[in-house]
Amino acid sequence: MRPALLVLAAFPVVFPSAGCKKDAAPPPAAAAAPAAPAGPSVGLVFDVGGRGDKSFNDAADRGLTRAHKELAARVEVVEPGEGVDREAALRQLAARKLDLVIGVGFLFTDDINRMAADFPQQKFACVDYTVTPGKPIPPNVLALKFKEEEGSFLVGALAALLSKGNKLGFVGGMEIPLIHKFRAGYTAGARHVRPDAEVLVTFAGVTGEAFANPGKGKELALSLYGKGVDIIYHAAGSTGLGVFEAARAQKKLAIGVDSDQWAEAPGVVLTSMVKQVDVAVFDAVKAVQDGTFKGGVRELDLKGGGVDYIYDEHNKALIPDDVRAKVEALRAEIVAGRIAVPNQ
Amino acid sequence: MGELLAVLAGALRISTPYTLAALGGALSERSGVVNIALEAGLLMGALAHAVVAHASGSPWLGLLAAMAAGVAVMALHAALCLHARANHIIVAVGLNLLAVGTGRFALKALYNSAANGPRVDGFETTWWHAVQELPVAGTVAGTPLVLVAILLVPAVAFLVDRTVLGLRIRAVGQHPAAAETQGVNVLRVRWAALLLCGLLCGLGGAYLAADQHQFTQGMSAGRGFIAVSAVVFGQWRPARVWVGCLLFGLLESLQISLQSSSVGIPGQLVQMLPYAMTLVVLALAASRANAPRALGQPWPAGR
Repeated sequence: MRPALLVLAAFPVVFPSAGCKKDAAPPPAAAAAPAAPAGPSVGLVFDVGGRGDKSFNDAADRGLTRAHKELAARVEVVEPGEGVDREAALRQLAARKLDLVIGVGFLFTDDINRMAADFPQQKFACVDYTVTPGKPIPPNVLALKFKEEEGSFLVGALAALLSKGNKLGFVGGMEIPLIHKFRAGYTAGARHVRPDAEVLVTFAGVTGEAFANPGKGKELALSLYGKGVDIIYHAAGSTGLGVFEAARAQKKLAIGVDSDQWAEAPGVVLTSMVKQVDVAVFDAVKAVQDGTFKGGVRELDLKGGGVDYIYDEHNKALIPDDVRAKVEALRAEIVAGRIAVPNQ
Repeated sequence: MGELLAVLAGALRISTPYTLAALGGALSERSGVVNIALEAGLLMGALAHAVVAHASGSPWLGLLAAMAAGVAVMALHAALCLHARANHIIVAVGLNLLAVGTGRFALKALYNSAANGPRVDGFETTWWHAVQELPVAGTVAGTPLVLVAILLVPAVAFLVDRTVLGLRIRAVGQHPAAAETQGVNVLRVRWAALLLCGLLCGLGGAYLAADQHQFTQGMSAGRGFIAVSAVVFGQWRPARVWVGCLLFGLLESLQISLQSSSVGIPGQLVQMLPYAMTLVVLALAASRANAPRALGQPWPAGR
């Protein structure tokens, strides 16, 4: 299947996928022959950082790949450059009357709002859509949101329990409310298990570029490690790859984000706070296929498995059983609603 | 004390790509060719380093490839400016855009990603490993290029001020007609200056990719333009240009350190610091009074 996606990816707009006729009745997924896939047609536009960021965008890619495999969805992806490319890419996909157009990342919020007004019949989904209080979400837009603060709370607690000192670090990408959710949860988690914990907070910048500047990420992390921090949590897209570089060089620990990032720096990535962007994307495509797609906000939380942290055969050796038990106890408390995790 | 050392080490690392690109920019502009394509040289150098180091497994081969890529960018610059007599600024803008597109294209074609390439082995797999283990020097010796950049400052200064080629570069930048009456081939000297510029930019790009063990799209992130500012700040004199690069590197390093300190300045203000200071410094220190007189003028004139 990969090669098929590959070809589509290489020519995102020029070549519509084979048999991409809107009026072709979609046969059941199980009956779909490989030669004539006929699930829902889905267009997806990636965020800054793009596919191969081994983080946020790759998670969306996995969801789409799964939709292609299991639902025979016909997928097209666009990796835009800076600024206005995003809107142009969305518009091109929307104009082709696909069944669903997905924007990956909060930066798409305004673009999707505009497109939703211009194409009222088109279904849109936006990962990390920013809801503005007092401003209704267009009826044809599904906002996929996550309780990042809950997952971040757990990795914060984990880091504080494992830290040899009382200093932890945080490297954010662009300084925006979304990234502050990660920061707030992480800090709260650390302080919950260790009231004297100090979390040193840095950001790579104030523009979208701050998610794609690994050189800056490395310097930020080196500076934090130099100040006695021994574990850094990043929420910075491919800027975070620089954090891992610093962790490798300093032989310290780092915490990944969005996807399981162990493979980026084995032995150095303590755990990753994962957002099930893949599940969110897959479910959105499935809803379109089942005819149950509805606009509005869908928030994925710890309780529903929308956010979590990684604990598997790779990083087991880094996390002692008693620490794991304490973190799991905290999970139960959050799920039960006994701990309210701040998001600002 | 340890914190101060860390800030200084950071400044040295951050200023390395600035220094390499800015020395190249100074050479190019002393010969009379305006060069704001340093960004393109850095980005292509980084790409070539990562691709070749990944394919061959040798960072040293990557270094050579990076230099070749930088030279290729500046050869294009030379061909268009010196022979097609195109406007230097326009050519450079085109080259910068071309570099961004080439980076994306190469990533897509080679690794099926528009954003990131695979991890490449750095210099730690070679004999350079021994240097990285040194106690203090190790913090700035992730790649040999930090040291190379520092050594190249006196080397380029010597080239410009004390050699025949340097004299000719200065002459064709000041008064190409006079230089020609002395038998100097103006275009050939400008070609030489630009190719050397490309070599230096390529090294700067190699630093970026080697330090990160990876090429990521747009990883030069405006560093080439900071180098252009440093050239003006340093009044086209290599040693002073270097001081400018160190200053910009220091401001950035300070910003990074201040963010996580408990000084209580709002984060946005701290992050603005390097840019605000760059403006202030350029406003105070820079004038075009000492610019090469024939800067940006085509040769032969008046065709």
